[in-house]
Amino acid sequence: MKLIYLYIAFFISLNSYAQIDSSLLKRTQKDSIKQALNMDAVYNRPSLNIEKTPVTVGGYLEVNWQRLSTDGVSEGHQFQARRLSIFMSSAISKRVKFLTEIEFEDGGKEIAIEFASVDVEFHPLVNFRAGIIVNPIGSFNQNHDGPKWEFTDRPISATQMLPGTFSNAGAGFFGKKYNNDWMIGYEAYFSGSFDNSIIENTENKTFLAAAKNNPERFGEINSGTPLFTGKIAIRNSKIGELGFSYMGGIYNKYQEDGIIIDTKRRVGIFALDFNTTLPKIETFITSEWAWVKVDVPSTYGQQFGNKQFGGFVDIVQPILKKNILGWEKAVLNIACRLEYVDWNVGTFNETGENIGEDIWSAMPALSFRPTSQTVFRLNYRFQKQHDILGNPPATTAGFNIGISTYF
Amino acid sequence: MKNIRLFFGVIPILLIILFTSCDENYTKTPFKDEVLDGPLDGLSHEESARFLSGDAAFNQVFTRETGLGPTFVSTSCISCHAGNGKGHPSTALTRFGQIDERGNLFLNLGGPILQNRALPGFLPEQIPFGATSARFIPSVNTGLGFLESVTDADILAMADPNDSDGDGISGVPNWINIPDFVIPSSSAISQDGKYIGRFGKKAATRSLLQQTVNALNEDIGITSIFNPVDTHTHLEIDPEIATSTVNDIVSYLQTLKAPIQRNQNDASVIKGAAIFEQIKCTGCHKPELRTGYSPISALSNKTFAPYTDLLLHDMGSGLDDGYTEGSAKTQEWRTPPLWGIGLSESSQGGSFYLLHDGRARSIEEAILKHGGEAKSRKVSYINLSQPDKEALLTFIKSL
Repeated sequence: MKLIYLYIAFFISLNSYAQIDSSLLKRTQKDSIKQALNMDAVYNRPSLNIEKTPVTVGGYLEVNWQRLSTDGVSEGHQFQARRLSIFMSSAISKRVKFLTEIEFEDGGKEIAIEFASVDVEFHPLVNFRAGIIVNPIGSFNQNHDGPKWEFTDRPISATQMLPGTFSNAGAGFFGKKYNNDWMIGYEAYFSGSFDNSIIENTENKTFLAAAKNNPERFGEINSGTPLFTGKIAIRNSKIGELGFSYMGGIYNKYQEDGIIIDTKRRVGIFALDFNTTLPKIETFITSEWAWVKVDVPSTYGQQFGNKQFGGFVDIVQPILKKNILGWEKAVLNIACRLEYVDWNVGTFNETGENIGEDIWSAMPALSFRPTSQTVFRLNYRFQKQHDILGNPPATTAGFNIGISTYF
Repeated sequence: MKNIRLFFGVIPILLIILFTSCDENYTKTPFKDEVLDGPLDGLSHEESARFLSGDAAFNQVFTRETGLGPTFVSTSCISCHAGNGKGHPSTALTRFGQIDERGNLFLNLGGPILQNRALPGFLPEQIPFGATSARFIPSVNTGLGFLESVTDADILAMADPNDSDGDGISGVPNWINIPDFVIPSSSAISQDGKYIGRFGKKAATRSLLQQTVNALNEDIGITSIFNPVDTHTHLEIDPEIATSTVNDIVSYLQTLKAPIQRNQNDASVIKGAAIFEQIKCTGCHKPELRTGYSPISALSNKTFAPYTDLLLHDMGSGLDDGYTEGSAKTQEWRTPPLWGIGLSESSQGGSFYLLHDGRARSIEEAILKHGGEAKSRKVSYINLSQPDKEALLTFIKSL
């Protein structure tokens, strides 16, 4: 029955959309690759504005073809509808705003409210935010819209070491200040947290991203203790942006019904991010590196590491900027992403040898941007991944071609 | 400026051409003789599909929700048998509680396997006061279907308990009690209600089903219809794994291919093989066995080269681990198959960890730690010229 209602609602919405006079729709153009603080990303999205209404809508779509092989074994050709994100925002009053992002991944297999917050401005330096927030650890979490990147795959460190687009119910403050070429911003939130799954999961390693699979996290903090996430970023318009962020708290359920069932265990993450555009040659460089420390019970085994490290660097070089096939200011880029993750930093107690469980990858790319809001991408990945023992690595390589665009 | 842009433009294109020119699949497929895993040749489509199901089950990582522990040794089969090869000291297991044929005196206190890890909130098992213990590293998995299919008659034919032929070798089978769920085949030979074991460091299990059920239960803490007793509470609980999944794992182990010898035509390997025969390493490490009937035709009535006799041998006091199983003594060990030994490094993190507990860091060190019945072979090795030693080691490494 619910399905029937949904269909009816869907067709009504289609019909009502058809009745809107398109001349009333005003596109709010945003240069999605222009320089701004990463924390501004949620406000710096192109969108459609229905004239004289305070509501804007927008979104982006990512689809691609891919063919990869690992040690000579390939799953063949794959077409992937990775992501459809829809954003809406509304100016409730001059200094009270609502923003949301709803994401459909893998053709609807995963549907999530990734972001939904009310922002209240008391002062440019003091803004209150409450709702479902994206915890601002590193830069990718803050600024992850597909059309902004020259690579179809999200960085390994930002998705499989740090939980990619990790959002939780929470509240806190943010703000920023400008002074000539300088800009400084901060964010500080208390929110929902991780849970036992970061060390009890089917990945067989400490895996923070496993916490994303817990749908209860929007209604219940597993440990009963909020997670703190804070970030300070500073930008000089001639040099670039440098961000320091920290996320930490108790992750495990240590008591239930007032009865202590385990000791309190903490997770702490420190991240450093940087981006810049080199003058004259206009090379864009963005990078993020993170260090993770997890209190893993000593009796749980070395397989679940208590330290992790990883990050990536993207280098994007525009090689052609001109009118191409009628697209003004079209840009052809070459790019390369280098990335590394070690999920288990340390040595074996028994042998003193390095614990493996690491990966590195190089991904050269070509991208074509007919406009700043749309990108066609050709990526080649070459990757080596070691198991925990450091045995000969699994080699993965292959291509993907995709498009990502705001709408 | 143009040069810089040209430079940045050409490099990735060259990289792409370079990487894609290697293989149409973008990555190199390892040769079959370079890896231990992979299915037997000649499986039917149905058997191949079952192999894949078993492979997935073998790789399944258990969690609290799927029955792990609460005390355990490992979270999955693959954790201890990376690439289906030998284990690593970090995945070593500890047995305790049995020093002679009276059996394990500490079964009610958690024996025989020490579950040395525990889910958060639980304490791992401790070795009980008064119990002796011994460590061992997990065995290689490949070719197990062939070993399971050797007939009892063939194993007994290799036994020489009284050293009748005077060669100093007196291999004996390990006569073990088998659990009810292990159904002996029509050709099985029993003695006083006991059957011949063939798997494990001391040949203490008879079949791959028994080996799988024991490992799931004692190493991962997973109960099954075959063994429903939880190792932590010692209480019978509901099965935590489907019987079909257990059967899939057994099928997978049965149909893993046998290791393939490399460089067989290399002069040094040929010479080493002759020396291996000449100094009578083959007294225990039999280069050729034959399977009996198997419902899997790829295993049925086949000749294969495992370099074992599946019998127990006294290996001397240096390798006495103070623990035993079945009729085996504390310094008796089943002859480990040598096939695949040359690829051990690829499953042990790049180094050799040989003998039952990984104490030998090279093939030569493993030979030099032989004692008991094998002492004379060790002396023969020591007396070889350096080129002959190298040829022998090259041969063993080719297996």
